[in-house]
Amino acid sequence: MALTLEQVRHVATLARLALTPEEEQRMATQLSAVLDAVEQLQSLDVGDVEPTSHATLADSLLREDATRPSLSPEQVLANAPAKVGTSFAVPKIIE
Amino acid sequence: MQLTDLSMLELAEKLAAGQVSSVEATRACLERIQGVDSTIRAFLRVDEKGALAAAEASDARRRAGTPASALDGVPVGLKDLFLTEGLETTAGSRILEGFVPPMDATVVRLLREAGLPLLGKLNLDEFAMGSSNESSAYFPTHNPWDVTRTPGGSSGGSAAAVAAREVYGALGTDTGGSIRQPAAFTNTVGLKPTYGRVSRYGVIAYASSLDQPGPMTRTVADAAALLQVLAKHDPLDSTSAPVKTPDYSAELEGGVRGLKLGVPREYFAEGMDPEVEAAVRGALREYERLGATLVDVSLPHTQYALATYYLIAPAEASSNLARYDGVRYGLRAKDAKGLKELYALTRERGFGAEAKRRIMLGTYALSAGYYDAYYLRAQKVRTLIREDFTRAFQQVDALVAPISPVAPFKLGEKVNDPLSMYLTDVYTLPCNLAGVPGLSVPCGFTNAGLPVGLQVLGRAFDEALLLRIARAFEREHDFFRRLAPV
Repeated sequence: MALTLEQVRHVATLARLALTPEEEQRMATQLSAVLDAVEQLQSLDVGDVEPTSHATLADSLLREDATRPSLSPEQVLANAPAKVGTSFAVPKIIE
Repeated sequence: MQLTDLSMLELAEKLAAGQVSSVEATRACLERIQGVDSTIRAFLRVDEKGALAAAEASDARRRAGTPASALDGVPVGLKDLFLTEGLETTAGSRILEGFVPPMDATVVRLLREAGLPLLGKLNLDEFAMGSSNESSAYFPTHNPWDVTRTPGGSSGGSAAAVAAREVYGALGTDTGGSIRQPAAFTNTVGLKPTYGRVSRYGVIAYASSLDQPGPMTRTVADAAALLQVLAKHDPLDSTSAPVKTPDYSAELEGGVRGLKLGVPREYFAEGMDPEVEAAVRGALREYERLGATLVDVSLPHTQYALATYYLIAPAEASSNLARYDGVRYGLRAKDAKGLKELYALTRERGFGAEAKRRIMLGTYALSAGYYDAYYLRAQKVRTLIREDFTRAFQQVDALVAPISPVAPFKLGEKVNDPLSMYLTDVYTLPCNLAGVPGLSVPCGFTNAGLPVGLQVLGRAFDEALLLRIARAFEREHDFFRRLAPV
């Protein structure tokens, strides 16, 4: 299945990637090849088959709802590229 | 014989007998790293200070007669996908350059508690996405058996460091073969435990329903000993299985007499390197000689595993990697005008080609209009692949098969052809999709002297049997004793 440049740009927007024109071109070619290869799944009859979302566990496990120590604000902010007080700083959100 | 040539358990014995100290062993590793790593390039970061401090503490415990575990004092390395408190962790990506985690992964904590000095962080394909270590944002790692070739991936740094005797053992992670394939490429032992057997807490996520950490060592007994430290239920990982941990060394020498070993016919498809096939077939004959019965079995959906994996793994990856947005940690595009541009520019600059390809593929497979045809369908085929294994394990105790259809390939050979790179994982992916354990044990060499690995696959939580089967072969051969020429 051939992916158009337009589709590549749409997916890049969804994925929040600012691809260069060369990357868009390469992505269209390489992703089309991968999509061709996965096309074979369409030939299988999976009508009554239940999907597997996780490998071994039927149910997710719950632990006791007890409080435990969490990271301090200083630890959480230690890797922040920019911060104001105890908050992460970002550029203007409303454009 | 040099100190660094010992296995983990051989060193542990000498530590217990007081014949050598952990500081001496750790220094020997550090010297070895200094001597060979400019050629191998397994390490992204060496933590000399931290490792020596841990070694000194271990020696003090040994002197006091209170070792923390059987492996107390045995230095190991970590794939740079495991969070280490206070020590930079990058996942092999520019987007996490300079990131210093505020906490340890659970398995890192377990290693520290067991007294193992941690020598540093080992190279990998970016976010564990790759089969050759060439997608590392920093540099490729070289195979100690032939430095023009790849050590495999994504745990290529871990495998190379173990094979080059820079570390006694290492941790890797395996999402589609990333422990087993590099182990096979470097004449080392690699075990992917059952999904849920080892905690994923603090392991940087690639594809959460497939990722599993495990040991990489030079002998089967070492893999058993290291798994013993790692295999613990962890309440911090909701997919960690609340099952009891057996004594993995107890039945290690039990042999294979009377066992039924399935040979999946789909794992010997056309296109396999004849020398690789010869080594694997030789190992199968050896199992017969040792008293096992070989049974021809079929895993009929094997041909769909690659397609299934390359929809499910990228879909999960595109979701997991959404957190790298330049806001809370890691790289930030400082010249961005507005938040949307901050996201897009940060991710454009921070991710490499393979990570971007998988993010794009996964986003596409999950996007409106394609979800049912791609992602949901892949999840259904995953069920069929799991059922193949369930049926096979009704007939046999375990499966024996090749790891990779090819021997270690040249660096650069496949890097521009993603699909041919993906194909090297065709025999390791189904195991992750089914969630069952798999291991790689050295089973021979090609004429050019390149290592070949044998894959042993088993029922969920049957790691002890896999180790026993691998050990039965290892005991008869000296492949694992051969040292890489570095």
